[in-house]
Amino acid sequence: MATFDLNDDGLVVIVGSGAGGGTLGTELALKGIRTVILEAGARHNMEDFVNDEWASFAQLAWTDMRTTSGSWRVARDFPNLPAWIVKAVGGSTVHWAGASLRFEEHEFRIRDHYGAMSGANLLDWPITRAELDPWYEKAEDRMGVTRTNGIKGLPGNNNFKVLEAGARRLGYKEVHTGRMAINSEERHDRGACQQIGFCFQGCKSGAKWSTLIAEIPRGEETGNLEVRPNCMAIRIEHDAAGKVTGVVYADEKGQLQRQKARIVAVAGNSIESPRLLLNSASTLFPDGLANSSGQVGRNYMRHMTGSVYGVFEKSVHMYRGTTMAGIIRDEAHHDPKRGFAGGYEMETLSLGIPFMAAFLNPGGWGRPFTSAMEQYPRMAGMWLVGEDMPQETNRITLDPAVKDKHGMPVAHVHFDDHPNDVAMRNHAYRQGAAVYEAVGATVTYPTPPYPSTHNMGTNRMSAKPRDGVVNRFGQTHDVKNLFVSDGSQFTSGAACNPTLTIVALALRQADHIAGAMQRREI
Amino acid sequence: MREVDPRRRVSRRSFLQSAAAAAPVAAIATGLSVEEAWAEGGAALSPAELKTLVKVARDIYPHDFLADTYYIAAVKPWDGKAAGDPATKQLLTEGLRRLDEDARTRHKVAYAQIGWEADRIVLLQAIEHTPFFKALRADLVVSLYNQPELWPKFGYEGPSADKGGYLHRGFNDIDWLPKV
Repeated sequence: MATFDLNDDGLVVIVGSGAGGGTLGTELALKGIRTVILEAGARHNMEDFVNDEWASFAQLAWTDMRTTSGSWRVARDFPNLPAWIVKAVGGSTVHWAGASLRFEEHEFRIRDHYGAMSGANLLDWPITRAELDPWYEKAEDRMGVTRTNGIKGLPGNNNFKVLEAGARRLGYKEVHTGRMAINSEERHDRGACQQIGFCFQGCKSGAKWSTLIAEIPRGEETGNLEVRPNCMAIRIEHDAAGKVTGVVYADEKGQLQRQKARIVAVAGNSIESPRLLLNSASTLFPDGLANSSGQVGRNYMRHMTGSVYGVFEKSVHMYRGTTMAGIIRDEAHHDPKRGFAGGYEMETLSLGIPFMAAFLNPGGWGRPFTSAMEQYPRMAGMWLVGEDMPQETNRITLDPAVKDKHGMPVAHVHFDDHPNDVAMRNHAYRQGAAVYEAVGATVTYPTPPYPSTHNMGTNRMSAKPRDGVVNRFGQTHDVKNLFVSDGSQFTSGAACNPTLTIVALALRQADHIAGAMQRREI
Repeated sequence: MREVDPRRRVSRRSFLQSAAAAAPVAAIATGLSVEEAWAEGGAALSPAELKTLVKVARDIYPHDFLADTYYIAAVKPWDGKAAGDPATKQLLTEGLRRLDEDARTRHKVAYAQIGWEADRIVLLQAIEHTPFFKALRADLVVSLYNQPELWPKFGYEGPSADKGGYLHRGFNDIDWLPKV
């Protein structure tokens, strides 16, 4: 394992160790490029993960202060927890459920396909599905995605079997146990899924891909990668010519350190990444680093989400086995006849009793609430996840009043649903309920969105510098040795889960950075 | 299908380690009633206040198959917090006093003596937006449902990794679905 000097100015310094940063750092190290990852959270081993929702939340979740506003219900129910993401080495790949789907071709060109939409800020990606396909292939092989590369699907659990039976009765065709970065058989020194459940709490068997167990150790073995846990990036510095020179961070003792860099890549997820750029404002970059477009922090997307729980006469025990155990994809296409643009996926989901109480109907109480809780063993559950429309006013800003323990303004998250998001959610609630009613559900519960797990779009990719923050390689338009490497690059959110696309983009970006370094362009 | 035995199966040791349930272990372990548990009062609250607090907790999240011990466990930490923090003590005593006043105005008896739950719910709805109610409910949704001892009663089995997951313990044992 490498240890690099703070004054070494030949390094790539990455902020964040999740799907974007962890993959980028590992791939650069494998290419022989010396890299440091600064990770705000601690490093846990998979043996340390706990099958206990609140205890695990305390261990892994990003609970540093954030503030919220807007008409989304999360701002009312969880005003200081806009997102349910991870602060630990591995980032939110420790907590993710494993769904690994490719964007559809049209989802890279939503301005083209959906047209101008009032109140939305639609833009086409500067890359196409065809350009990304080779990188999707690499990502799927690396992550061991089921139903790709000859890897068989996972077996369906009870929760999936209910979903599948209801879906078939409704006439849905594309129903299966998903494309999952969870081993259905031993692969790449990791074993097969034991159907433990608790995928969100960190996989204790190692069957689920994460940068913590499947990437970073490979990078470290090369001697080219150093991961520094408990190191919170404070600001990125630059020289008079406007090139970034390093990152100032607070180490585990709270002492400020300055790590010099040849290249800086920001991968702190879509709330912290724009916060860091905005907190790095200077006389040369008065509105924040790489923000000449004014788009840093804007176009925050969180997916149209919601859940439906269905109650049956007999037991389901939905919590047994893989949390996201299967998918219905028939509503994922773009069909404006349904009354909205874009599409959505229906994916099984289960919560344990502690989180069901917290999330079923936040703020709810009395007999209607407890009656629902008492149906728990007879419940099946699904998560609805679909494309939400980018809006300039949905954005991350620096809170004018609240500061963190290092004296830096915290992130303020503002979000309002677009009418398209609302129309899609209502459609998804109806279809979700219909799936369960088709196999005898006596009651269904349309459950409101949880704090955001899919955070996207706040440093978006654009062909023209005036429309976005980064170019087709995630390189900022304004600063050529500054990159963005997480989901904040997304120009649109697509219907599906974002992680596979973040990993594919990170692999492609590593290739680009290595080439540019070799050619002495950066 | 393998069903879940609702009887208490969590070991006393693991129960003692549960943060949410740490304070009132004595009451749970011996199955004390509200009267017995708090005959002497708490650190900050009187026996009557503690009894009302338990009643309010049950009215917020009524589960008729749960004994008072679970609700005692859930609200007991408030007494400790009130002992260490005058603002918390004031929040609780004033909130409980108002409930009793409302109860006497409408029903001529204290809150805990109102016979029907539905009548007590009307009083709670009237204070739903007060800091007292909001703090109590937000805490209770964790402190009640995060007690491992009550999970089997809801058909939830809790941790599974230490048992090898559900691969050989019924992850796909559903047997009643219609053939499609």
